[in-house]
Parts: sequence; C-alpha cells; structure tokens
Amino acid sequence: MRLSPDSMMWWSWGWLHLNGTILFTWLVMAGLTLGSWLITRRLTNSAPISRGQHLVEAIIMMILSQLGDVTRQEPRRFLPFLGTLFLFIATCNLLAAVPWFEPPTGSLSTTTALALIVMVAVPVYGIKDTGIKVYLWNYLSPTPLMLPFNIIGELSRTLALAVRLFGNVMSGGMIGAILLILTPFLFPVLMQLFGLLTGLVQAYIFTILAAVFISAGLTSREIDEAIQP
Amino acid sequence: MDSLTWVAVASIISAGICMGIGAIGPALGEGRALAQALNSIAQQPDETNTITRTLFVGMAMVESTGIYALVVAMILLFANPFWNYFLSKVG
Repeated sequence: MRLSPDSMMWWSWGWLHLNGTILFTWLVMAGLTLGSWLITRRLTNSAPISRGQHLVEAIIMMILSQLGDVTRQEPRRFLPFLGTLFLFIATCNLLAAVPWFEPPTGSLSTTTALALIVMVAVPVYGIKDTGIKVYLWNYLSPTPLMLPFNIIGELSRTLALAVRLFGNVMSGGMIGAILLILTPFLFPVLMQLFGLLTGLVQAYIFTILAAVFISAGLTSREIDEAIQP
Repeated sequence: MDSLTWVAVASIISAGICMGIGAIGPALGEGRALAQALNSIAQQPDETNTITRTLFVGMAMVESTGIYALVVAMILLFANPFWNYFLSKVG
C-alpha cells in the first residue's frame, strides 16, 4: 500500500529520479499556467465579460477580502504569494477526484517545501517593512530569555503547517484505498467527497495561517506608530 | 517468539492505542470551541463571518495533534521501518 506519490517511480537516469510527486506537481503547474493564460488573453472592461474572466475575478475578490480581513492591511501586496499558495493547494487537492491523479500534497516533501517557503517569507515581509534591526529586536521582545522559545515557536509552527496538510491529504487518500478493499462502491465514494471538502478547507487554512504569521511579523510597526503619535 | 513477531505485535498494538487515545483530546477541544463559537454567534449575530472564520482556523490548529497521532499510526501500520528491516533480514 502506497503511503505517498513519492514511491511511484516514473523515470530514472543516474541520480535523477522522476517520481509521481514531481510529475503531478508539474502537471498542476502546467494546468494552472495554461488556464490562466487562456483566460487572461482577452481581458475586457466592457459589458460582455467571458466566463473565465468572471470566474477568475470572483476568486481574486474572495481571496482579497479574506486576506484583508485577516491581516487588516492592504491585501494586494500579499496577493501574489498567498493567492498562489491557495490556488496551488486547492487545485492539487480537488484534482484528487480525477482517477489516475494523486495529489502531490499527499507527500511530505511538497508540504514541507511549502511550509519552508512560508517560514522564509515571514522574515522577508517583516524586514522589508520594518528594517532588519527592529525585526530582530522582536525576537527579544518581552525579555531576552524568550529568544529560544520564539525560535522554537517559529520552527514548530512551520512543522505543524507541513504535517497538518500532509496528514489531511494522505489520510484522505488512504481511507479511500482501505475502504475499497472492504466495501466496494458506496463508502469509498462518500470518503472521496469528504476528501474533497477537507482538501479545500486545508488549502484555506494553510493560506490563512500563512497570512496570520506574516501579519504577526509586521504588527510591530503598527504598535510603534501607535505609541509615537 | 522471534523478533519479527515481536515487531509485528508491538506495531499493531501501538498503532491501535495511539489512534484511540489520540482521538480523544482533539475531539473534546473542538467540541468546546464549537460551543463557545455558537454562544458568540448567538450574542452577536452580525459578526458571524469573523466568528466562523476564526472558528475554522482554531479548529484546524487544534486538530493538528490528532493528525500527528494519525500519521504515526499510519506509519506504524503501512510504512513501518522496523518491520521492513527485520523482513529484509529474514527474507
């Protein structure tokens, strides 16, 4: 029984291994890029807007409103990073309904990579906003004794992000596989539906948590501006 | 019993206990969170969107430990390194 797409080996050449995770990631990337290019070829402002443009505009507006609510700042500066995160994870998890496809987020490598990107993005946004001295001063903020706990907190919430997404997606696929052995038709279909729901919820949770972490690294500036009127 | 049998018995029992006990905590915690969220919605119905969103984010964080227990149980059952090692020794 396969735990993740990592063990599907498609092509090997020396030390280069093309396993299922990489192949499905490339497929999702190609699909998203191709779909976006097809839709944004003909963007119009006037009345008859194409359906693709409607869909994309609706999605973007939803993401912007959610990010604005969570970070309480101008959401457009986070839109490229967090919007892509949400679209990628949501597409990966929703395509799990397609028969031959296995979501690449069901592999710990993919989710760890995404969590590491978020872990790097938090200091990048913070330093771009407040400067490196103020940002590093935050780590010593209540007292310098908190420094190890702040660092461990950063690492542990990154790990939690990775394992949460991996566990949800992997267990969804595995429950379906196990139930297929036991009871043929009805229950695996129901578990697939539930897997689609949890996949979408986990994509939303990952994005919102990334937004919360990034905005937590930025709030020092708001507090300083509030103290010095 | 040889070591192969011991590894199998220990893995199966640990997987069962791990998942069984690991499901209690998150379920209780999420139930309490949900009850508080319903109270808040009853007190301030026009804040429902914020409350619901915060509820889902909080539940996802609380559920993490349950997911950790599930991952450990799955690894013990399906990708057990000790089992594979001893199996390669015997076979």
